Amino acid sequence: MIYFDNAATSWPKPPCVTEAMVRFMTDIGANPGRAAHRPANRAAGIVYDARKAAAELFHLSDPLRVVFTCNVTEALNCVINGMLHPGDHVITGGMEHNAMMRPLRRTGETGVEVTVVPCTAEGGLDVSSIVNALRPSTALIALNHASNVVGTLLPIAEIGRIARANNTLLLVDTAQTAGAVPVDMEADCIDLCAFTGHKSLYGPTGTGGLVIGERVELSRLAPLKRGGTGSRSEQELQPDFLPDKYESGTLNVVGLAGLEAGIRWVMNRGIHAIRDHEMNLTSKLIEGLSGIPGVTLYGGSDARRRIPAVSFNIEGMEPSEAGLRLDEEYSLMCRVGLHCSPAAHRTIGTFPRGTIRFGMGVFNTLAEVDTAVQAVACLAREKG
Amino acid sequence: MKQDSYAVILVHSTNHALRVQDVLGKNGIAAKLVPVPRQLSSDCGVCVRVNRIDKETTASVLSATGLETDGLYDI
Repeated sequence: MIYFDNAATSWPKPPCVTEAMVRFMTDIGANPGRAAHRPANRAAGIVYDARKAAAELFHLSDPLRVVFTCNVTEALNCVINGMLHPGDHVITGGMEHNAMMRPLRRTGETGVEVTVVPCTAEGGLDVSSIVNALRPSTALIALNHASNVVGTLLPIAEIGRIARANNTLLLVDTAQTAGAVPVDMEADCIDLCAFTGHKSLYGPTGTGGLVIGERVELSRLAPLKRGGTGSRSEQELQPDFLPDKYESGTLNVVGLAGLEAGIRWVMNRGIHAIRDHEMNLTSKLIEGLSGIPGVTLYGGSDARRRIPAVSFNIEGMEPSEAGLRLDEEYSLMCRVGLHCSPAAHRTIGTFPRGTIRFGMGVFNTLAEVDTAVQAVACLAREKG
Repeated sequence: MKQDSYAVILVHSTNHALRVQDVLGKNGIAAKLVPVPRQLSSDCGVCVRVNRIDKETTASVLSATGLETDGLYDI
């Protein structure tokens, strides 16, 4: 089987991820921060180690600025719902996933002004369009780091500097990039970094987080939920300090045990080495697919400006049919359709049909890319 | 037998306790997470315990690193 659906979730996971989770379930099992006995402290230590790993990954010195959530969607919702008020202005782009777009559209209904800056047909963004969209009331610029549909990377660092110069904040959705592309909150001027654990960090589903930079005033960011934190138990009001303010209820400790192992695995392997391998896969796939008559590729052709998620269509064949046949006849797993990103498909001109997406990861090989290209060539020949 | 003497650092939460323990450890001070002594606080959480002999060094590490705590007490 060829697994080309890593943009949805990575598979397989490194063995150390599963081992860390089994170790927690069999040897520890206790609730972190809810008691002071040894297993509870060990559980809390696992969560803290995961915070340290995430802080290190995103180049932040204080691990307590890492807030864990159940996924990147929850992290984005926390910022969008907790920070924007009627009259505020927010800038986003035309390649966003619904994890960003739906909560933004919801705030639009309550009086927040939302500007969607158009992107190019390749999924890129002209930085001057961000500058032109700025207003005195702009409270937030909210963008993905790379499109989940065509993989195009946005010039986040440049946009971050614009945000700083104009006294506004930058929220980045790193769902497709954390672990696959270096993300440096300091150098890239990112104020709020939303991440998922189960894609390029190779952790389990149900893990993710929000890393909160020092420019963010906590008093201006309300929590998405309130409840027990194991701290300030004598008070009936939510604590106002990090990370407890944003972490109510028992965390997914078994998941975080796996996430910590995943992040460490990625850092040991080296993000630059992973990036090189994935750029090679992407280049080879683009080269192979672009040579097939009847195949239309979307996004740019330069692998350095994209992540290994490649979208295309086969003339005369619906993406749904292609997906089914690739699975059943070629044992190739991919994702077809709109990928939860109607805005991106409108931008690249594939709405409502959608595309076939090959999402590659660190465990894929050049030989698999060859096999996949052959499979697509066979399907395209039938229709040609 | 003489009981060992300790000092404890009260903190906002278990998360802060782990941060303090981590930073103290890096500065060569052995620190342990223990339940908050009832005479100090009614909070149900943990605090960080160090040997009394390390109390002064602990105080200077805490102040040098700017870590937020709720105080350093003898127990």
